[in-house]
Amino acid sequence: MLRFFENLDRRWLFLLMGLLVLLPLLFPLALPLTVSPRVRNFHDAIAKIPDGSTVLMPCDYDPGGIPEMVPMTRTALKQLFDKNCKVVVICLWNGGPGLVDRVVRSVADENHKVDGVDWVNLGFKEGREAVMVVMGQGIANAFPRDYKGRDTRSLPIMKRVRDYSSFPLLVSISSGYPGTKEWVQQVQSRFHLPMVAGVTAVSAPEYYPYLQSGQLLGLLGGMAGAAEYEKIRDEKGTATRGMDAQSMAHVFVAICILLGNWVQWRKRKGGTA
Amino acid sequence: MNLTHDLSVWIAALLTLAVFSFLYKDNPLYKFAEHLFVGVSAGYYIVLNLWTVIYPNMWEPLTKSLRGEGVDAARHGMFAAELGDYRGWLLIPGLLGVLLFTRLFGRIGWMSRWSLALIIGVYAGIKTTGFAQGDFVAQVQGSLQPLWTGQAGSSLNAIIFTVGLMTSLLFFFYSREHKGALGAASKLGIYFLMVSFGAGYGYTVMSRVSLLIGRFQFLLQDWLGIRG
Repeated sequence: MLRFFENLDRRWLFLLMGLLVLLPLLFPLALPLTVSPRVRNFHDAIAKIPDGSTVLMPCDYDPGGIPEMVPMTRTALKQLFDKNCKVVVICLWNGGPGLVDRVVRSVADENHKVDGVDWVNLGFKEGREAVMVVMGQGIANAFPRDYKGRDTRSLPIMKRVRDYSSFPLLVSISSGYPGTKEWVQQVQSRFHLPMVAGVTAVSAPEYYPYLQSGQLLGLLGGMAGAAEYEKIRDEKGTATRGMDAQSMAHVFVAICILLGNWVQWRKRKGGTA
Repeated sequence: MNLTHDLSVWIAALLTLAVFSFLYKDNPLYKFAEHLFVGVSAGYYIVLNLWTVIYPNMWEPLTKSLRGEGVDAARHGMFAAELGDYRGWLLIPGLLGVLLFTRLFGRIGWMSRWSLALIIGVYAGIKTTGFAQGDFVAQVQGSLQPLWTGQAGSSLNAIIFTVGLMTSLLFFFYSREHKGALGAASKLGIYFLMVSFGAGYGYTVMSRVSLLIGRFQFLLQDWLGIRG
């Protein structure tokens, strides 16, 4: 047995992991999902802003973040559009503007929202934190043209947007740098703009201190966070559909860790390590 | 099953399978996908920056200023500007940007340092003040919690938080040998750190598995037309 595990080709593990992810996607198990307080707070923070407000929504991710970020973006946009909120979207990741535009446009079309009136995608701008600081002097200063090349100042939605003081809430959906951490440091702290965030699971532990200190009002962490958010909203999106596979993969990784430790412990005990 | 007729989805699906083939072993299909990705990304980023940064933030205001168009009827001329609309003054950052390329010409390469000095200075300032306000002050403030909140559960949380914070900080105190009370406290700090590393690892697994799920969802739904 010990020799079997020692000599096991890791490609068998890849195959097993692949099957454990694939099968629940084909045959859903509908495992239970509970909503955590941080996800509930994310939802409630959006619910509390006045109907019809204009919200800033930086979507700082690229195609690598699709499975985690897109479900969050979709659900948050739906909640905002349900409240008749106007949404100003920007992207500080150079790989993201096309993807973000496609996602926002599809949700806006489903909700019969008009581009330039109910929402606008200001697109990508290089400069990271410098862009955030310049936006403090005026959103249109940093983004003179939107993603489609229109004069930003001429858009109806931008008539009510001057700088950060025009927004009651910042909804940051981010995969890393520049993202939620920089929005907290450069905008939430300086301009005291209330903020919620949706982040990748790998970066989520980094943001718990911000949650604990009240700098973030709510947090969605990875696909699980997105699935919990979908549950609150009574939706069954890609995050919810992926959670069975996620759970199976986690159980498999936990078993691998236990087996690996058992093999090492036995080897040490036998004096072969 | 309802296979898509969208060529772009077929290309994406085949490239995904080419990348997955690396799990078996390195092969020409994987290499092809890898090189294609690097080449396409480089081209994409150059075009993107040209149209989202150089054109609207530099070229357009500069051409307006060269035509003598001011920001309004009262203020015209090359250097007529206002906050956020700097017109002719953009020649200065434009020149600094051009100086960065002097690195390509050995003898005058030192001129790029002026631009780099400005970039480093500005970013160091932005990062420092951002960290001081967003992390240092706010986090110290957030860490000062009452140990007794009136409720057993939240009080226990506050106590565990405070003990974890203090002992983890003591672990990084290297000015005295970790013996006696300091040794015991720092050892407890290690356990707290281990728990945080474990949580971090768990979240990392979740993130990586999500990527795999995302690709499988794409292959099943967008390419093969199978709905789970």
